[in-house]
Amino acid sequence: MEASKRAKNVDRIMTILFYLTAGFFLLLLLAFALTVIVKGLRGFDPKLLSFSREGIGNQLFNTVYLVVLSLLVSVPLGVATGIYMAEYAGDGKGTKFLRICIETLSSLPSIVVGLFGYLVFIVMTGAKWNLMSGAMAVSILNLPLIATTTEDAFRGLPLGYKKGSLGMGATHWQTILHILLPAALPRIMTGVILAAGRIFGEAAALLYTAGMSTDINWGNWDITSPTCPLNPFRPGATLALHIWASRTEAVSPNAAQIANFSSAVLLILVFAFSIGARIFSRYMDKKMGGEHR
Amino acid sequence: MFRKEYLWRGIITVCGILVILLTLSIGAFLIYKGSGTFTKYGHSIFEFLFSPQWSPADNSTGGGKVGAAIYIWGSVCTCALALLIAAPFSMAASIFITEISPKIGTRVFQPAIELFVGIPSVIYGWMGLTVLVPAIKSLFGLNHGYSVLAAGIVLAVMIFPTITSVASDALRSVPADYRKAAYGLGATRWQVIYQVVLPAAKPGILTGVVLGLARAFGEALAVAMVIGKMRAFPKNILSPTHNLTAAIASDMGGAMEGGEYNTALWTMALLLFLISLFFIFMIHRVSAKGGEADGSVKAGKKR
Repeated sequence: MEASKRAKNVDRIMTILFYLTAGFFLLLLLAFALTVIVKGLRGFDPKLLSFSREGIGNQLFNTVYLVVLSLLVSVPLGVATGIYMAEYAGDGKGTKFLRICIETLSSLPSIVVGLFGYLVFIVMTGAKWNLMSGAMAVSILNLPLIATTTEDAFRGLPLGYKKGSLGMGATHWQTILHILLPAALPRIMTGVILAAGRIFGEAAALLYTAGMSTDINWGNWDITSPTCPLNPFRPGATLALHIWASRTEAVSPNAAQIANFSSAVLLILVFAFSIGARIFSRYMDKKMGGEHR
Repeated sequence: MFRKEYLWRGIITVCGILVILLTLSIGAFLIYKGSGTFTKYGHSIFEFLFSPQWSPADNSTGGGKVGAAIYIWGSVCTCALALLIAAPFSMAASIFITEISPKIGTRVFQPAIELFVGIPSVIYGWMGLTVLVPAIKSLFGLNHGYSVLAAGIVLAVMIFPTITSVASDALRSVPADYRKAAYGLGATRWQVIYQVVLPAAKPGILTGVVLGLARAFGEALAVAMVIGKMRAFPKNILSPTHNLTAAIASDMGGAMEGGEYNTALWTMALLLFLISLFFIFMIHRVSAKGGEADGSVKAGKKR
């Protein structure tokens, strides 16, 4: 009986220990998020929202613009790759190799992708740092995420959809475009939202592609001019890079305050996207999956 | 028929091929640029990996020294420390989520962890810089708080959610029969966890640990903010040092294109690329082994 008594005591001690560590970490995560947000909002000043050197308006705009640009590149390519893997690819060596490639892309350190982008989009084209090459670099980082969610979404569909459509005489592509893609769209969208959230925070890949300077003239709407806000071939620092820059170079007298505020804004944005993706997928599941439950 | 099927099939296939080409060209460029240190400037691989002498010339005549041992050692130290801190806690957290209290686990803990996987690393770095570094400074009475310890803690907090979410997926995929059988034999919950569930989920857990390690190794800016960027071997965990990613992030901008300095930094990037390939290889090895031992236990989720 000694042994079982001891086992029970050990069990009790371990249970308490697990509760303690779990509680500790939940608190730590909570404290972390609160510190970032409180620190950022405590020193709030309307000036911080302005579109000038003392505010983050320009950087916020750059961030959003970069996210849009990079989704324009990575969504079509990523979704197409996902469709290829789910529908057209065979079981041969080529497919296996493609999978290894996607896995390699997904585990590349972002600084390495940044260097590659710097070499190919900046040095080899002879251009200056610009938003478009930054967008291309982060697209490389996002591509695997979008491709794998698309593939999973297609594979998760009931086989009957495809069989029914093919049986009606549709070609494989017509089936994909008109039947499978609309059905898989909610899950793909969730992946895209998550990917967008990741681009918001990306910094290392943009360091040498999008550049760290921002020079926008809001009155200038000539798209070829380097100070026009919408010109994708102008340099532009994103929020995440702005935080990095505030630490290394004193960009303005209230640099620390700007960085605190930027961190808070960035954190809230990322959380919003992540929670948004969650709510969206739950809502779509309910709407689309009515009969299956 | 052509436009209904073959054209689009072709376009889709081209996209797949494009991804392969992209990956290959990243690898090819890294090898091409990174090998310049050894071919163009005539340094030995041994010198690059093991010599602490780092003073590459910022021009294309060369003649400097390219020993990156300090950077490599700095990366290894910080990642090892991060793993040492994060792995036990992640294990505890994932066991808590799946075995001890699945209710709180899935309602509160899991969503919180998934939320934290997505936090940008600069924010971790900035918090490390403004909160952790001063804290270490006053706690240990140092001149400044930049240290291996600070970098280790920042990385640990960063990889904790990654490891936890993969490990808890692995624990969850252990068949319920295993647990029922063990309980039926009279085992306590801890005995079930320790002697049945953990061994069965081992490949998945290891996958999580390797993924976390890969993330820590590739992290650049968060580490660069707190490591102190001092080119010296760390004497203890409280001394500042330097690492591979921070060196690339801070020095690449100023180095002349094609010069020895620039090329040496590319060699570092190549090394990082090879390390990340090695991690992928490890994950495949681990999950292949797990598959042999027990087909029903799935290895952790791929990212």
